[in-house]
Amino acid sequence: MPDQQQIYTALNEIFRDLFDDESIVVTAETTADDIEDWDSLAHINLITIIESRFKIKFKTSEIESMHNVGHLADAIARKTAGA
Amino acid sequence: MSTDMDWLPPPDSGWEARLGEARALDWPAAKPAFEAVSKFNLDLLQTIKLDRAVSRSRQAAASDDGGPITKLAILGSSTMAHLLPGIRIGALRRGLIVDCFEGHYGMYMQELSDPGSALHGFQPHVILLNLDARHIVQQESVSVDQAVARIGRSWSEAKANFNCAIIQQTLLPIFMPAIGNNDHRLASSPSHLVEQINTALRPAADAAGVHLLAIDAFMRWHGGIDYWYDSSLWNHAKQEVNPRASHLYGEQVGRLLGAIRGLAAKCLVLDLDNTLWGGVIGDDGLEGIALGQGAATGESFVEFQRYAKSLLKQGIILAVCSKNDEANALQPFREHPDMVLKVEDIACFVANWTNKAENLRSIATSLNIGLDALVFADDNPVERGLIRRELPMVAVPELPEDPAYYAQCIARGGYFEALSITAEDQERGALYAANAERDKLRDSVTDMDSYLAALNTELIWQPFDKLGLSRIVQLANKTNQFNLTTTRYVDRDIERAIADPDALTLQLRAKDIYGDNGVISLIVGRRSGADLFVETWLMSCRVLGRQVEQATLNLLVERAREIGARQIVGEYRPTAKNGMVRDHYAKLGFEPLVGEFGAAGVTRWVLNIDDFQPTPTAITTLKGPHARSAADLHSAQRDFSGPVR
Repeated sequence: MPDQQQIYTALNEIFRDLFDDESIVVTAETTADDIEDWDSLAHINLITIIESRFKIKFKTSEIESMHNVGHLADAIARKTAGA
Repeated sequence: MSTDMDWLPPPDSGWEARLGEARALDWPAAKPAFEAVSKFNLDLLQTIKLDRAVSRSRQAAASDDGGPITKLAILGSSTMAHLLPGIRIGALRRGLIVDCFEGHYGMYMQELSDPGSALHGFQPHVILLNLDARHIVQQESVSVDQAVARIGRSWSEAKANFNCAIIQQTLLPIFMPAIGNNDHRLASSPSHLVEQINTALRPAADAAGVHLLAIDAFMRWHGGIDYWYDSSLWNHAKQEVNPRASHLYGEQVGRLLGAIRGLAAKCLVLDLDNTLWGGVIGDDGLEGIALGQGAATGESFVEFQRYAKSLLKQGIILAVCSKNDEANALQPFREHPDMVLKVEDIACFVANWTNKAENLRSIATSLNIGLDALVFADDNPVERGLIRRELPMVAVPELPEDPAYYAQCIARGGYFEALSITAEDQERGALYAANAERDKLRDSVTDMDSYLAALNTELIWQPFDKLGLSRIVQLANKTNQFNLTTTRYVDRDIERAIADPDALTLQLRAKDIYGDNGVISLIVGRRSGADLFVETWLMSCRVLGRQVEQATLNLLVERAREIGARQIVGEYRPTAKNGMVRDHYAKLGFEPLVGEFGAAGVTRWVLNIDDFQPTPTAITTLKGPHARSAADLHSAQRDFSGPVR
């Protein structure tokens, strides 16, 4: 199971690829307001990519409650725990 | 993994670097580099990343001169935006640059019918109707007929308002069975209804000249409905196609756009050892190779040969490219009882020790097709790598190690996407076998004139007609080399030309002692005053060097005279592929016109009809209906008033 550091490293890489911006550095507080192209379409893509990268599946209610990168990272940590 | 594009090589460690190199170039020089980067087994993230990089490169460019742009409008009833990157990259894999227009969802009927709509302003080349299953099925007691009629109304609206190709997506079978295995017994079962609508859509689309995007069929081969549809995402974002399948969806749209543009491959080039049979014929001998005989491995190769034979029956040319002594390579074809493929099925047989890149070049040359029309099937990763590096335009499927999956790999790759199968396609195997006979004749006679005389060629002409429509559209869209203007047509353009009193159209069929070549040449002329402007003159390269051009000109002058034209004006529009006809009009005695004719390199040529002396040829020119049989030909001759000489 990946630790916090590994999760943030992987997320950072995904964000850079998805938004084609090598200057992105995500923190727990990063929200859609901080990244220009992070709209609802990109959000679903992000979820889909994270699910396949970490081999996990988010619940509908979880997707709705993810408002920043911290929420994402926590959900990933929870779901990969014990894996 | 069947959810991958596993016929493409995996993006290796160098993929990012190659993307970086493409980024560093300026558009349009960057286009071929981006195209090369697209031809990998990319996942969703890589697809989005590449798509962004291409858009940025195009936006930064002073002018977009990366060749023609295909304008695609996608109209539907749910979210479509997530499908666009996959579509653009699927098209880029075929060298096509696509600009997308996304309709407001649910508004497609208004957008199609309102001349003031943004869709009308966009002027699409292709309209893709992406209607989700709920939209069609989930209304009170809709019947199959009502649903198909409703979809049909959007086609009529699109046809009435736009001069473009129409693609209809079949319905994604997203509903669970209501009562179970025998769901068809419940009249209101949405699952069964979707299936019936999809069945009924096929003939309806054919009758309307609409192409299908058969999402219901191909999703089964690419992960199944669980992979394609996620009810959570529908609830979140009204996405019927799961984004994780969007690159597969886009790949399929790319294939259709490629086929519409005449870019589908034409020839499958086969390696022999461990591709058509197991083992090495030169070492193992006829008895030692694995082929048939009830053993699982041997049967895999038989199956693969059957697949190749089925392609041949659809009009795909087969060729062989093998590192072998020719006598060894031919032996199984002649002597092995389990060979499905025979020597006469192979239009071009190359077995030698030269490197395969060079051999593929000579195969393309001898078949008169472009290198980009070749698909190269070889079990050896080293040979595949060599061809990908040396000849990036050749498609090289990533054959799996187990021969049991060779056919699936090539079929899933969709290289031979066809919009229709014409009679010419089904006879193409025989055509190429006949060509080999012609070549033998040419080698046996001493001079060209006696060869042409011995062929006894008949050129049978008639104006465009409804019966010939599918072959005319196909030929117009796939002929790249002997094509003066490379004007592409959809069915409706041809229907208009048939009805236009100022259009002079000719479809020409060539027959000789070895058989019927089918319709091999087209001309579209437009009369304006005393001029006949030749908008299209194209010919299949199969009949090159047979004086068909000269005989066609004799005929064209005759026909132009009949409708009162005094001169013929021809145009040459250069493309990457039609250099062979740069001097076509000069060779036929036309005089160059001075001036600028639109794009750079376009030339115009004029021929005065009054002074024209027909060039004598060894060809007999006949007016015909669709002369196919000897009886047809006799009736054609009865109608005919005398050779044009």
